[in-house]
Amino acid sequence: MAPRVGIVGIGHCRFGNSSDYDLVDVIAYSANDALQDAGGLELRKQVDQVFVGNMAAGMFNHVTSAASALVSRMDMEPVPAELIENGPASGASAIRMGYMAIASGMADVVLVAAGEVMRSVSGWEATNIVATMSHTEAEYNMGLTLPGFAGMFTRLYMEKYGMTERDLALVAVKDHANGALNKYSHVQIPVTIDAIADGESANVVNNYVAEPLRMYSTCPISDGSAAVILVNMDSPKAKLFRKKAIRIAGMGAATDTHCVHNRKDPLVLDAVRLSSQMAYKMAGIGPADISFAELHDAFVIFELLNSEEVGFFERGKSFIGVRNHETEIGGRIPINTSGGLKAKGHPVGATGVSQVVELVRQLRGEAEEGRQVKDPKYGMAVNFGGFGNNVITTILAKD
Amino acid sequence: MAIDELEKKLRPPEAQMAPYPPKVITLASGEVMVVRECRREEAGALLGTVYPLLGVSKDYYDIVAARMYSEILGWFRYRVANEFVIVGAINGEIAGIVTSRHVDGKTGMSLHTLTIKRGLRVGAQLFAAKMEHHIEYLKEEEVHIVAESPIGFKRWMIEYELEDRSAQYPAVRHELGGVPTFTLTRRLWDAVRPVKCTGTRPVAPEVLKTADKLRMPSEYVQLPGWKRGD
Repeated sequence: MAPRVGIVGIGHCRFGNSSDYDLVDVIAYSANDALQDAGGLELRKQVDQVFVGNMAAGMFNHVTSAASALVSRMDMEPVPAELIENGPASGASAIRMGYMAIASGMADVVLVAAGEVMRSVSGWEATNIVATMSHTEAEYNMGLTLPGFAGMFTRLYMEKYGMTERDLALVAVKDHANGALNKYSHVQIPVTIDAIADGESANVVNNYVAEPLRMYSTCPISDGSAAVILVNMDSPKAKLFRKKAIRIAGMGAATDTHCVHNRKDPLVLDAVRLSSQMAYKMAGIGPADISFAELHDAFVIFELLNSEEVGFFERGKSFIGVRNHETEIGGRIPINTSGGLKAKGHPVGATGVSQVVELVRQLRGEAEEGRQVKDPKYGMAVNFGGFGNNVITTILAKD
Repeated sequence: MAIDELEKKLRPPEAQMAPYPPKVITLASGEVMVVRECRREEAGALLGTVYPLLGVSKDYYDIVAARMYSEILGWFRYRVANEFVIVGAINGEIAGIVTSRHVDGKTGMSLHTLTIKRGLRVGAQLFAAKMEHHIEYLKEEEVHIVAESPIGFKRWMIEYELEDRSAQYPAVRHELGGVPTFTLTRRLWDAVRPVKCTGTRPVAPEVLKTADKLRMPSEYVQLPGWKRGD
């Protein structure tokens, strides 16, 4: 039987603009933060394996081999270290590799740190770099960017299910309300529905990015990092750590066609559904058992679609749930309590780890006042790589 | 101040300029920003607002603050012809400032845009207000614009799709240092106005009153930990 794997340390920097800093320093900040949280920096000598999540440092920062650099920067040699790249799901993939390393018996303690410094380039260059994960001939070379894709995706959903632009704005209002209370958020400003949807200035204040997506339907371009320390809960080493472990109850991963046009229905995100089903099965629970969730919302339409694919809402009904306040803190299923990618920010390689840090903070009861979910038992994170073509779902449990 | 003969010679000739009517914009946060033209006696609050940013190199605040400081001082001391200053104020606190100059009946010269309160497109709204004043109230046909920061270039040159006039140098040149000159024409303004410029007029007296006395910000996101008076 595979050992139980838990998280005993979490680290996070405030997302935003770190372009004055070296990428490896940005990642090391959160790695050190996680070690301090776990009990102290000297615990780095207990680490058996390091995985670093990053999407595109080669292009954003002209840096490669960030895992090797991190280990050296933190005086952790000769620990094995590898870089994990899976687009914007690099962070969750790195955690998954950490889980597998412990489950396989090859390691008892794994440091997973992830980061991205995207604001070292202009906004449109960052958009271009992120777009390289799409299909080269069929998508990228045709000029498609992720906002462009998400705009078409949103239009299709609106036409099929009757969602309005105002419904998208309601998601943003909810996410920004949460993000405003999160000390790690890039954007700590609450927004009002009147200002971004109903008021006479809304068209200008909340301008189109890729119609029907507006500025407040889209995540900002952020820098930042996050880290977790995984431990074999059944190993003697587990006793070295100060904090009680939050158990990884379930993990699932799945892929879908690289070319979106090869899917039978572009509004069906098979990889999200399949990965969540794997995670539920492993955890022995179902959607009704989840207390709250962090769902990858680079564009707010993804939060809605993901919430349907993981079973929180019927297909085409998630926006009704938002109208009914079901996804707010205190609602039936709080979603993106951190502010999500929309408000907290989306340093692509770091996002998956950041989501899991939020799960741990909530399950420990350490979230800020006003956004702490009451007595949560299970938290779920869905991290998207590509346009829904490589997805990792993680479920954590407070035992 | 007594204006003697020498002082008269030092001052530039001033054209009679139409005033910019105040307006109010509801920002994404729900905060209400009054946008209005500044009075000369408010130069002290404006200079005091700009001053702390002189040492902030990030996002080129230093160069924009230094240039804007001199522009406001020049306006206050009558050393720049036909300059105007527009401010955005939230509950009286200065959120952003723009400076500009009316050259003649056909041409405007956009000077600088400085955003204090970031993340709510305050700078974008104030830049649009500046262009609105040039084209709609001062009746100019075109406004010359330069960018001194990447953010400015994106916000103005890219988003407004300004005409690149740099090939016409030196026949067409902005007054700021010879950097490439771009131009907003009336035709371009008419095209972008619906998506770039907003605001409600007239402003209710009680709302306008909140911006009657301008207050300098006590803190700046650009200067973490800094507090006015420390």
